Amino acid sequence: MNFLKLVLVNLARNKRRTLLTTLSVMVALFLFCALGGVLDTLAESIRFGSETRLVSRNAISLIFPLPLAYRERIAAVPGVTGVSIQNWFGGQDPKDPHNFFGQFGVDAATFFPIYRNDMDIVAASPPQARVTTPPGVDQRLATFMAERTACVVGEKLLRRMGWKLGQSFTLAGTIYPGDWPFTIRAVYRSKIRSFNDETMFFHWDYLSEKGMGGRGFVGIYVLKLADPTHAAQIAKRVDAMFENSSAATRTESERAFQAGFVSMYGNLPFVIRVIGLAVAFAILLVAANTMVMAIRERTNEYGVMKTLGFDDGAVFRMVLLEAAIITLLGGAVGAIGAKLAIEKSGFNAGGILPPMSVHWSTVGVGVGVALLVGAVSGLIPAWQASRLRIVDALRRVN
Amino acid sequence: MAIPISYNVRNVLQRPVSTLTTAVGVGLTVAIFIGALALAGGFQAALIESGSKDNALALRKGADSEISSAITRAQAEILRASSDVATGPDGKPLVSADLVVVTNKPRLGQPGSSNVTVRGIDAGSLAMRPQVRITAGRMFRPGSDEVIVGERISRRFANCAIGDRIRFQQREFTVVGHFGAQGSSFESEIWGDNAVLMPALQRDDVFQSVTFRMRDPAAFDALKRRIESDPRLGLQLRSEREFYASQSQLLSNVIRFMGVFITIIMAVGAIFGAMNTMYAAVSARTREIAMLLVLGFSPAAVMLSFMVESVILSLLGGLIGCLIALPINGIVTSTTNFSSFSEVAFAFRVTAQTLAAGLVFAGVMGVAGGFLPALRAARQPLAKSLREA
Repeated sequence: MNFLKLVLVNLARNKRRTLLTTLSVMVALFLFCALGGVLDTLAESIRFGSETRLVSRNAISLIFPLPLAYRERIAAVPGVTGVSIQNWFGGQDPKDPHNFFGQFGVDAATFFPIYRNDMDIVAASPPQARVTTPPGVDQRLATFMAERTACVVGEKLLRRMGWKLGQSFTLAGTIYPGDWPFTIRAVYRSKIRSFNDETMFFHWDYLSEKGMGGRGFVGIYVLKLADPTHAAQIAKRVDAMFENSSAATRTESERAFQAGFVSMYGNLPFVIRVIGLAVAFAILLVAANTMVMAIRERTNEYGVMKTLGFDDGAVFRMVLLEAAIITLLGGAVGAIGAKLAIEKSGFNAGGILPPMSVHWSTVGVGVGVALLVGAVSGLIPAWQASRLRIVDALRRVN
Repeated sequence: MAIPISYNVRNVLQRPVSTLTTAVGVGLTVAIFIGALALAGGFQAALIESGSKDNALALRKGADSEISSAITRAQAEILRASSDVATGPDGKPLVSADLVVVTNKPRLGQPGSSNVTVRGIDAGSLAMRPQVRITAGRMFRPGSDEVIVGERISRRFANCAIGDRIRFQQREFTVVGHFGAQGSSFESEIWGDNAVLMPALQRDDVFQSVTFRMRDPAAFDALKRRIESDPRLGLQLRSEREFYASQSQLLSNVIRFMGVFITIIMAVGAIFGAMNTMYAAVSARTREIAMLLVLGFSPAAVMLSFMVESVILSLLGGLIGCLIALPINGIVTSTTNFSSFSEVAFAFRVTAQTLAAGLVFAGVMGVAGGFLPALRAARQPLAKSLREA
């Protein structure tokens, strides 16, 4: 009789138990890979952001601004081909203050050319008259460029908030007090995963005039470089320039700047690993319990099989294979299911993470864990079954 | 008539391996559940403990945190002179106009850097915050370029040991002491004299918050109305305790949500495991159960009995989970609170309530896992079961 067939028949004998165990392994591996996906996504977001752009911020921390006067001086540094401005706004939807999304005041004429390869304008209000946009700025942004309170919002944000192109809405300022009316004049879609699809951009001039009394404080400067290989020297040069002035700068690559936010999560990766380990161990117990129960029921049969000439090794392999099939099946479905379900849903933990991804390597680790669980859970029952003496096995009555 | 519980207890003990593996599986789930609650609870407690019920805190209208607030010196002086502010034994008002900023500092022992809150206080205002105690070194001298560092971050960030120097813009400050504040989020801050820090940080005459001891905390509502309607101020007044509690809400909700999400998935797996065990228990005792039915125990009593057995099994797991989770109590961890945009170190807090919640959770798993097997036990075809060899 075919060896594999015998194993399969055994599995099918108590279908409910096999099913429950497989489901249990499946659910656990789904969770295991979902947690691994969080780690993947965190690791990935450290590499988000371009290495060819630099970000200058106040050396103390992000909450301190830089003077507007720095723009010309940074632009004059050899190797810098463009300088743009970004200010965090921190407004809230008055109807739903907890519905968080990022808003930035940007210098549109330089911002959109610098981020040309990161996003596309997918919809825009048609221009009223013949207006031209500055070089490098999408023609469809003409209406946006001409209107003080206009804003550009991400496609996903538009959907999430239930907004429509051309619609006006008001945000309540937290850092810059007062009510801030805005009108949506364009919608963008990100071209790369690292560029957030749920952000709103508006004119920095509007922010400066209404919110800072025209004093012109700048959150960060984004620097475009002619030759990215000189990034380190240019960063040093910019920081040296302002070292002894009223606001010292810290300049780093956009990638390092974004990685700084990830490092703010602190011990999160460690916590996730601990949970993952607990999940794997819990599932090991469920699988082991199943195998122990299955083998105990069949003690007599193993006695008969051995009498018929199956050797100890064959019995050992049979039990082990049975355990491995259950965990491998459940594990593979759970792990691959996690990848498909999570990546398809675009889950981003309420905006805390970028859209989550589960790498194939994580799926592989998951399947490996499932196999390992199968092997370990089957080991002791298999050993017991192989060591059974025929007389004992046949004597035992359930 | 009900089947005695001792019957179930004996049955559970009769199959130790199967009981233990199932119970530990449930226990791990419960431990993660308790861990998540302890994490969220510890974070929340650290912030709530920062605020006193007797203190009121003023922010600019519309600001949702200290760093997004701004209060001019003139506004602060109006509050300082108010008759609603309690006075200390020396006759001075118990009030502090705080300068609150965030500095980015490299971590110790972990790669990367994170934000630390720097608070410039009125040097004489410690009487208003009795939870603050100097634990090493000494208090900063008013008017000097000295700072004190909260205990919990003193070992987590660079340049925070006593004698170290911290640079803000063009000025260097010396760390002269460490302070504790009963585990509250103040222990994650650096404190100095606002009169010295303000020019050093180029904050021209703008504070972030004004905190004062109320002369009559019971009359807070009237005081709030009075101050918020004062056209000279444009401020919002909040109970200090309520303010700090609100600062913890966002993150603790996220932690709880994630914790519950993870444990529910884990619980599904554990419930399947418990079902396996209970089905095995039912089928091993087919004749026994049939006998009980023949003896006159109603199917409902049999069903109840197996449900009880399943709950006993999972409560045992719950206990194991509590035991696994207990040692994490007091472990200090840290993360960025995005409400204040700076790092808060806090201790896991396993309380009687979190443990009880874990046990209830275990009980629910037992009920869910035991239901179908118990139903099967109660619906046995009698004749067939008795005939079985």
